[in-house]
Amino acid sequence: MSTPSARTRIAGRGIPLAGNDIDTDRIIPARFLKAVTFEGLGEHVFEDARKQEPEHPFNQAAFQGASILVCGLNFGCGSSREHAPQALRRWGIRGVVGGSFAEIFFGNCTALGIPCVTADMADIEWLQRAVAREPRREVLLDLERKEARFADRVIPIRIPDGVRGQLLTGTWNATGVLLEVGEAIEAVARRLPYIAGY
Amino acid sequence: MAKTLLDKVWEAHTVRALPSGQTQLLIGLHLIHEVTSPQAFQMLREMGLRVRMPARTFATVDHIVPTASQQRPFGDAVAEEMTVHLVRGCQEFGIPLFDLDSGRQGIVHVIGPELGLTQPGMTIACGDSHTSTHGAVGAIAFGIGTTQVRDVLATQCLLMAKPKLRQIRVEGKLTRGVYAKDVILAIIQRLGVKGGVGYAYEYAGSTLEAMTMEERLTVCNMSIEGGARCGYVNPDQTTVDYLRGRPYAPQGTAFDRAVVWWRSMATDLDARFDDVVRLEADRIQPVVTWGINPGQSVGVEERIPEPASAPESERATWREALGFMDFKAGQAIAGTKIDVAFIGSCTNARLSDLRAAAEVARGRQVAKGVRALVVPGSQAVAKAAEAEGLHEIFRAAGFEWRKAGCSMCLGMNEDKLRGREVCASSSNRNFIGRQGSPTGRTLLMSPAMVAAAAIAGAVADVRAMLR
Repeated sequence: MSTPSARTRIAGRGIPLAGNDIDTDRIIPARFLKAVTFEGLGEHVFEDARKQEPEHPFNQAAFQGASILVCGLNFGCGSSREHAPQALRRWGIRGVVGGSFAEIFFGNCTALGIPCVTADMADIEWLQRAVAREPRREVLLDLERKEARFADRVIPIRIPDGVRGQLLTGTWNATGVLLEVGEAIEAVARRLPYIAGY
Repeated sequence: MAKTLLDKVWEAHTVRALPSGQTQLLIGLHLIHEVTSPQAFQMLREMGLRVRMPARTFATVDHIVPTASQQRPFGDAVAEEMTVHLVRGCQEFGIPLFDLDSGRQGIVHVIGPELGLTQPGMTIACGDSHTSTHGAVGAIAFGIGTTQVRDVLATQCLLMAKPKLRQIRVEGKLTRGVYAKDVILAIIQRLGVKGGVGYAYEYAGSTLEAMTMEERLTVCNMSIEGGARCGYVNPDQTTVDYLRGRPYAPQGTAFDRAVVWWRSMATDLDARFDDVVRLEADRIQPVVTWGINPGQSVGVEERIPEPASAPESERATWREALGFMDFKAGQAIAGTKIDVAFIGSCTNARLSDLRAAAEVARGRQVAKGVRALVVPGSQAVAKAAEAEGLHEIFRAAGFEWRKAGCSMCLGMNEDKLRGREVCASSSNRNFIGRQGSPTGRTLLMSPAMVAAAAIAGAVADVRAMLR
């Protein structure tokens, strides 16, 4: 059964971002966290990096309108700020394929319905070059078949089964899933000595 | 079968195992602050949900509070607005708040343990990556984002995959002038900033066993810098002694019953780990970072390494780091000129950290041209430090003595680097732009090493200054 929130196949133009260990401070500097909403974050994504590096992919005309980010290892490390995936999403990113992801960033993306999938670095580097060469061609992230496609190349992708299931069934918004068990939550709480008063 | 603390805590908090392999995990203690949490209140309002267990969440203000004057309304209108949003949300949903007038405000990861909220065997979540800190007491504690804060508020649960477990054994005695900060920086240097992805870290061995609770908090705090979402130390007599008498710790006979449960949650002697790593304490020297992630570090007697000596996957980042920092491979780290010295943060702003820095600052003067700040981790730390005159030692030496908050660790308030300034910092991240200037540079080190750098005006070996 498919719902509007299901994430089965995500297609869009790619944007390659070279480098490993890109932290969430770099994705969205802390001064943009001074707000009570996430609105308007999209225009500030990678703001300082883009100023320091005019050739930054997020500055390039060729990649405007892209929605699939292709990144290296340990992407999104550091601060837990959800502002980072919020900024990426508001810029237009709908899916990320990378060498690996920092776990809090990965969890935040999942909670927003943005799939983060991993692939071998050799494939990632190939895809980054291919997307740079042909920025108008679409990348397909197929969560059902666990593969990414670009032109005639098929790249195996990985994503933990549980998260893949949430995305495929559209249950990545966890609140509803967590509430399904009803009073079982309180039952577990009452068994915990520190909640029961030791 | 022998179990680890991670196994036991996970089992005790499992509401259900989903067919997908994920666990619906009950969160026993939830901590919130003004930067990543008020948006979650709005999400609850929009979904028409209430807070499921308001007594299991506690709030404070730390990230954007000014540290020079904390008079309300704040001079910064946005900081004031964010604080108002948190206060209103706490009132509306019935969540206790340690506000500025409570005497209990401070950095969320300092006040949790300090108030005895953080206890062994708990699951803890907070919208802040340094939640790993609380593992020092023997809890499983992890950072989450705002949408997950909403989930915890609405359901007291998170959907989680159980991590693998790596035991990190540090054995032997630390030499004088080498601190818990150096231990965790050495661990991250050894395992890398992504070595911990997918793992929880159990810190063990005679060095950890000999550490005070405050030292263990420093070690667990930076688990996330090693890529591990959580890290812990098994509860022992040090844990019990630390918690006894704290305001939110159990009292009287309940405390004695608690101790039995806490000890039962420790890893069994013959438990197995997915990986075990060993470090020798006596080989660790004061560590200083030279780059743009916390794994790029050297001992204070060493030289900045050549990118060619790095693993291949690290070389590009090393070259980028040298370029950004304007350092050359082969250059000695000692003698690197600094402009700012920052003693503070959830890593190193507890009383013992301030004592260690004051020991170095006592009777000396901050070098001309160096801006030096001491920002205590909490109001209680500030009060205790003032009671023993540490603030006077710092002031006499030329340090500014501030009020509690996150301050220059992340530069969200007025405390920021300017331009290309180089900062010797007791905080946890040397990322590009981290301390509030997009081009500012950070050298991470222990609080005593920061004090030494402030006095020398350059990176210096604190061991030469300790009498």
